Amino acid sequence: MSAPDVDTTRGFLGRTRDIFARMGRHDLWLSFRSKPVVIVAAIVAGVLILSALAAPLIAPHDPYDMASVSLLYAELPPAWVDGGDPAFPLGTDLQGRDMLSTILYGSRTSILVGAAAVALSLVLGVAAGLVAGYGGGVVDSVLMRIADIQLTFPAILIALLFDGVVSAIFSHGSSDQYALLVIILAIGVSNWVLFARVVRSSTLVEKGKDYVKAARVTGVSSLAILLKHILPNTLGPVLVIATINLALAILGEATLSFLGVGLPPTQPSLGTLIRIGNEYLFSGAWWMTIFPGVTLILLVLSVNLLGDWLRDALNPKLR
Amino acid sequence: MLYFIIQRMLQSVLVMLVVAAISFALFSYVGDPIEAMTGEDDPIELKQQLRASLGLDQPIPIQFARFVGNAVQGDFGVSYRARQPVMQLIAERFPATMELVFVASLIALFVGIPAGIYTALRRDSPVSYALQTGSLIGISMPTFLTGILLILVFSVWLKVLPSFGRGETVDIGWWSTGFLTVSGLKSLILPSITLGLFSTTLIMRLVRTEMLEVMRTDYIKFARARGLRDRSINFRHAFKNTLVPVVTITGMQVGSLIAFAIITETVFQWPGLGLLFIQAVGNVDIPVMAAYLVLTALMFVVINLAVDILYFFIDPRLRADRAVASGATT
Amino acid sequence: MQRDQQPRSDAAAPPILEVRNLVVAFHGLAGTLRALDDVSFSIAPGEILGVVGESGAGKSLTGAAVIGLLERPGRIDGGEILLAGRRIDNLPHAQMRKVRGREIGAIFQDPLTSLNPLLTVGEQLTETIATHLALSAKAARARAVELLAEVGIPAPANRIDDYPHHFSGGMRQRVVIALALCANPKLVIADEPTTALDVSVQAQILELIRRLGREHGTAVMLITHDMGVIAETADRVAVMYAGRVAEIGPTREIIETPHHPYTVGLMGSVPVIGEDAEDLVQIDGSMPRLNAIPPGCAFNPRCGEVMGRCLSQRPGLMPAGRSQAACWLMDTVTGDAA
Repeated sequence: MSAPDVDTTRGFLGRTRDIFARMGRHDLWLSFRSKPVVIVAAIVAGVLILSALAAPLIAPHDPYDMASVSLLYAELPPAWVDGGDPAFPLGTDLQGRDMLSTILYGSRTSILVGAAAVALSLVLGVAAGLVAGYGGGVVDSVLMRIADIQLTFPAILIALLFDGVVSAIFSHGSSDQYALLVIILAIGVSNWVLFARVVRSSTLVEKGKDYVKAARVTGVSSLAILLKHILPNTLGPVLVIATINLALAILGEATLSFLGVGLPPTQPSLGTLIRIGNEYLFSGAWWMTIFPGVTLILLVLSVNLLGDWLRDALNPKLR
Repeated sequence: MLYFIIQRMLQSVLVMLVVAAISFALFSYVGDPIEAMTGEDDPIELKQQLRASLGLDQPIPIQFARFVGNAVQGDFGVSYRARQPVMQLIAERFPATMELVFVASLIALFVGIPAGIYTALRRDSPVSYALQTGSLIGISMPTFLTGILLILVFSVWLKVLPSFGRGETVDIGWWSTGFLTVSGLKSLILPSITLGLFSTTLIMRLVRTEMLEVMRTDYIKFARARGLRDRSINFRHAFKNTLVPVVTITGMQVGSLIAFAIITETVFQWPGLGLLFIQAVGNVDIPVMAAYLVLTALMFVVINLAVDILYFFIDPRLRADRAVASGATT
Repeated sequence: MQRDQQPRSDAAAPPILEVRNLVVAFHGLAGTLRALDDVSFSIAPGEILGVVGESGAGKSLTGAAVIGLLERPGRIDGGEILLAGRRIDNLPHAQMRKVRGREIGAIFQDPLTSLNPLLTVGEQLTETIATHLALSAKAARARAVELLAEVGIPAPANRIDDYPHHFSGGMRQRVVIALALCANPKLVIADEPTTALDVSVQAQILELIRRLGREHGTAVMLITHDMGVIAETADRVAVMYAGRVAEIGPTREIIETPHHPYTVGLMGSVPVIGEDAEDLVQIDGSMPRLNAIPPGCAFNPRCGEVMGRCLSQRPGLMPAGRSQAACWLMDTVTGDAA
């Protein structure tokens, strides 16, 4: 009906900028400012993520430096409890490592694994969604059937199974060195479906629009249409799902590590720390479990809150 | 309606076949079952004999058919680790998990649904705010951490509830139940709360959102405009209309309770299927893993089918037979 | 097409509904918005008052205020609503509930969404009847069948146990009307009752509404943006603009000799049933948003005959022929009239 309303000469970045400009017009900033809970969540998430990433710079001790760790300081309670040592504000673990430092390093591992797993889910899911939505036909049915079947099972079970199988294959070698990779793969693979579904449905919508038809008629290649026109239009929902999935991925990693099939004690994540602490719960050394636990809850809660808010602000229909 | 159910059943069979294929692939290609079952020093002849007796020298499709045939009869082979028939191990563990999941589901439904309705109807009451905040924390709380915190408070500090095991159980036929002894019931409290908490908060939040959505519909406004009683509007008209999504999610939640039982059972050393599975993953005990997979898949498929059939009782629009018969007349 | 324009009611009878200086405002974070400002009108027994205006003019809001179903953050900030002489705008929730359905019936726009999909029409009818009338279950069901017959559902005894999705749109709107009439209310508020229907069905539904007024003496407040519907059905018309009544008077007078410049624009072409009033508006510009209503007369930015005082002083309703119009052009008292 109308002429293509989009300048096809602008690249992906130009279109992406449009999307964010549109978000701006949706009063994203205004809605952010008017919600104190969201502001607090953003600050908490920001502080946790930044301090975790900067762990090597700001941690008071290096828990991996065996020279600085001494059994003399093992099992010290937090500094404010009787018997605490101000040098170890949150106490120490069984090997005398500073809890604050191990938590900082542990969060770093948790966040990096979570982010990498989400990136993997995102790439898998967006690719599957674009192909299914744009290609249609058999490819679409097969991909969506796989998605349906996978959705029948909780993600954690899929990740656990994936992890089990891969460790079984590598059972002869030392699986520790692959542990990081395996867990990212396991969590990434178990969470692609939501991305695929959302991208597929937006692709179907965009596909029917005049500007895409026009681009097709003028002989623009399918890949170019997908990347330049369709992909940018899916960014809003994808961003929302990615945020919510980050919380899920961090939880998933913690759970797997807690179950002992995730990261080994040599590369402790928050889940590993909680697992180790849990074994000494009855000895009264509560701080070994509680502090990593609280950090994990704060991290997941704040990311969840941000995700909820983004979803409501960008697209109230996406639920 | 019949057509729909048959279609769903076929789909379920397809899912089961896919799962069986994955289990079979695990069984055949991950590690060598012969190596797992025999010692390093056993003679080659013995291994070959075993291979032949297990049918592992046959073509793949025949092996798969045999695997499915055996699985249908409940034969998943012998555990590499325990050297016992897998089905026997599972039968021993099954009641523990089922009782845990059952109590957790009851908690999720009987706390989650009323709390969801309450927070939707009394949006501004302090109780609603408290429940909403609590549910946010509940939804961000990993299951294992819930369990650890409960153990810390009730077992370590207050010393009022046990932190591991099922307590005393009573055998009724092959089913061992913890419902009939005091220690069995006390042992159930912390694990079932741990397992049920996430689902409770999820169901509560879902019921709340759906109720708020339905409250905005024209037919609720019209019901108000007809002066119907609040009670009838809230329950007969509004809540009933939230049931389709609520039943869907509840069904999915019961399924995930079975999966999350793995975590709860690990925290509380609960002698159920989940603990068996996680130990099997640790020991690369493939027959147990395969059997667990097929069994949980079967439970999920049955739950999903049950949910699909429930829809027909809830929503008359799905009972499409009459609409065709009476037609659309103006 | 043309009907006798003689009002059916006798002028001396006290009005069924009287709205006096009604003010409805939305209280939000950004401040207070007046959505209805000093709205007054009345409806006599058996009379059909058409309320017409563009979307956002406050028509539906007026209906919601009368029936006591304003949604938060909207609330009545001033004025009175009287039903048969009794004040109802300040009734407590429980008493107002008894007025709704019993004394005031409502018909909504979209018959496809007005009925609860999970209950049969019989269940919805008998529940409404039993809520307001002291009837046994059997008697309530009998009345439900009667009502369905009255609104023109063929074979009502067979259809009563059907679910809403078994009915077509037009039939569903008849069911909605039956639901509004369950307790024989004195007043029915019909909010765009035909907008969602096919043109051929619209006329049938309008005829049904007209017949009800005639046979039961039920007063009807007919809210619509469609001048064709008004011309076909209403005895009197209130034209609303930006939350205010611009002009009110007998239907024929409003159509043939409109007085307010906005009504004049609205009547710019001969209305035909089924045509959208929006298409008929031949006035430049658009209705101001609630947060940007100019001082003085709300219509002043678009008015071709704007005068100095229109920019600062707000006109009240003034006699204009057989109608009343809120326009300084009608002001004969101070002698400024054109």
